[in-house]
Amino acid sequence: MQELSLNILDIAENSVRAGAALVRIVVRAFPTEDMLSVSIEDDGSGMDEETAKGAADPFYTTRTTRKVGLGLPYFKMNAELTGGAFAIESSAGHGTKVTATFGLGHIDRAPLGDMGQTMSLLAGANPEMDFVYELCAGAEPADSADGSGGFVFDTREVKQVLDGVPISEPEVMAYMASHIDENTKELISAYKI
Amino acid sequence: MKSLDELKALRDKLQSEVSLRDDGDDKTKVLVGMATCGIAAGARPVLAEFVEQVATRGLKNVTVSQTGCIGICQFEPVVEVFVPGKEKVTYVNMSKEKVARIVADHIVGGNIVSDYTIGNRHS
Repeated sequence: MQELSLNILDIAENSVRAGAALVRIVVRAFPTEDMLSVSIEDDGSGMDEETAKGAADPFYTTRTTRKVGLGLPYFKMNAELTGGAFAIESSAGHGTKVTATFGLGHIDRAPLGDMGQTMSLLAGANPEMDFVYELCAGAEPADSADGSGGFVFDTREVKQVLDGVPISEPEVMAYMASHIDENTKELISAYKI
Repeated sequence: MKSLDELKALRDKLQSEVSLRDDGDDKTKVLVGMATCGIAAGARPVLAEFVEQVATRGLKNVTVSQTGCIGICQFEPVVEVFVPGKEKVTYVNMSKEKVARIVADHIVGGNIVSDYTIGNRHS
């Protein structure tokens, strides 16, 4: 996958299948540590210890349709190729958090890419779920008062504005994609995310 | 920082349109395979292009959404089009560039683009 936003979409699809109500995606650049951290956290069905341990193994799957599952192993490999690390925290019945770190300036790190497309697709295709996306740099909270530290997108706020208009309307999906793109491009280019 | 104000204007416009519509089975559904295989093969820009085309043309009876892996990973990106009362049409090896023709010919015009359908593949 040529963009981290595609890995993120792929991992978030696991949260969709896990029956999550809320998925929180946080992308944080730490320029002084030359690190980029990406986490995807859901409140879905979670996994027991053994399943969570096996989840990043490409030949481990709970599916019966096929013998391989490549999404998590692929994300893990991409992280480790850049000197980063990968972790899954999960608890059955409570949800799952997948965290990957990357070398921010590492030549093999894929660019973050089009998170607008990823978020608008997740939100529009799963209207009964909510998604939060935070992009920030350094240790500053993403929702700092002046907006300089980062950006937060929350489908709960979008739905409040929509007041009954479905978030799956193609025009709303196109709006969300460009809203996220326009509000994050400065940060992305400033920190080469 | 761009606010959600533009969304309010969009909501007002859509609210006036939504009330005129029937919801339910009379809609054309476009489903794009969005499992690992589909995503890796380029399904996301295909879905985004369908959304863009449907939005720009203001097509009110079309929904664009995602599905999982339907088992033909070698033909990804795969797109299924469901027109009410018609048989499902499966397009394979899709790209962003192929979307406009499917929207114009099939979804708007009612003519299946057989060049892109799975029946036309021999590999």
